[in-house]
Amino acid sequence: MTRDEITEAVLRALSDVAPEADPATLRPDVSLRDQLDIDSMDLLNFVIGIHEQVHVDIPEADYARLQTLDEVVDYLVGKTAS
Amino acid sequence: MPTLGADMSVGTLMTWLKQPGETVARGDIIAVVHTDKADVEVEVFTNGVLERVLVEPGAEVPVGTVLAVIREDGAPAAPPSAAPAPAAPAAPAPAEAGAHIAISPSARHLAEELGVDPALIEGSGPGGRIQRKDVEAAAAAGEAAAAPPPAPPPAPPTGLAVEDRNAAMRRAIAAAMSRSKREIPHFYLGQTIHMSNAIAWLAQENLRRPVPERLLHGVLLLKAIALALREVPELNAVWQGEELVLREDINVGVAIALRGGGLVAPAIHRTDQLSMDELMHAFRDLVSRARSWSLRSSEMTDPTITVTSLGERGVETVFGVIFPPQVAIVGFGTLVERPWISEGQVLICPVVNASLSADHRVTDGHRASAFLAAIDRLLQEPDEL
Repeated sequence: MTRDEITEAVLRALSDVAPEADPATLRPDVSLRDQLDIDSMDLLNFVIGIHEQVHVDIPEADYARLQTLDEVVDYLVGKTAS
Repeated sequence: MPTLGADMSVGTLMTWLKQPGETVARGDIIAVVHTDKADVEVEVFTNGVLERVLVEPGAEVPVGTVLAVIREDGAPAAPPSAAPAPAAPAAPAPAEAGAHIAISPSARHLAEELGVDPALIEGSGPGGRIQRKDVEAAAAAGEAAAAPPPAPPPAPPTGLAVEDRNAAMRRAIAAAMSRSKREIPHFYLGQTIHMSNAIAWLAQENLRRPVPERLLHGVLLLKAIALALREVPELNAVWQGEELVLREDINVGVAIALRGGGLVAPAIHRTDQLSMDELMHAFRDLVSRARSWSLRSSEMTDPTITVTSLGERGVETVFGVIFPPQVAIVGFGTLVERPWISEGQVLICPVVNASLSADHRVTDGHRASAFLAAIDRLLQEPDEL
């Protein structure tokens, strides 16, 4: 998958857990939790969405590294390239 | 119109999901009603045929109003009746169709005395005929809706309009919480729970599980509460009239924050009997449906205790307000690392603050602390949950 495709997939997964959010207004360098008011259930659903759309399993130990949209996309780009 | 909250007096029938003549089975969703707190799916508790509907979509009616008549399997067809209640603004008279309900005269008299709507009672007599003992059980269990209050309802909501859901929800919460603080003599206990074992167990479990089957630590807390209630059953109860009514099923209500504000606390039925996988599935499903406004009536009426967690916002301790007619609420704060002294050594351990708000009319500090201690003990052995 290209970076753009991954970004689109991430935004789709985010829309599923926070349908009221406007992806166009998301700041890529600001905490997703803070911008979208997501909780641990939302986070789990987001990780499941990534699993289904990008086919990457994010271990719980890596959650802390995935605070912003940029961090999530960078992480997935790295995983899909390897 | 079932009562779906401590201070609900009216509801609006939004839509029928079954039509007259259709077969219905126990657990089917037949209608959606709008309340101040949520849009709720109305379940049926018997098998039969939806004979006729008595309330039209859009009509706002008092709690206790008969919405429809279901002919139970094997029962004769009822005679034709009046047209359905019109949509707003006029509210139909409640429970008029009670004349078609199979109920003994003595049971009917008792139902009137106790303010229980016969339409919401499942009869145990021949052909489903309602008997005195059914009325008594319904009154005790609170399964039947109370008769509508004599006073006119407050400013009517706008029926189908949901434009101001947040304001309506705040009104409902305000009413329930004000009643709680006015009527319930709360007392509060807190305990710090060592979570090393639980967290280690959870991490190990999630390592071996596929992503969609991972568990959240919340399910450990829910299961521990449910099992602890078996040891202190007086907290798995409701306060009705002037007495404690113990509940047999343990249905833990989960406080779920809604996106955009407000909260609901629907039940996970028989929480104590669910495996971790079943509980996680039920928890996910409940949160998803709560946030899409598609809860079921029994989930709103059946909680026997509530659990709330504000840990994700960094709160260390929660002092909850009991949701009447329940008699207790458990709160959890954030999971945080703290120094912990064990056998003369200072360790760094994950801990969580658990709190209990309990009704002093029904229990005391000694029993309440036994409940918190049981939760603590159960969480030290997560394999046993």
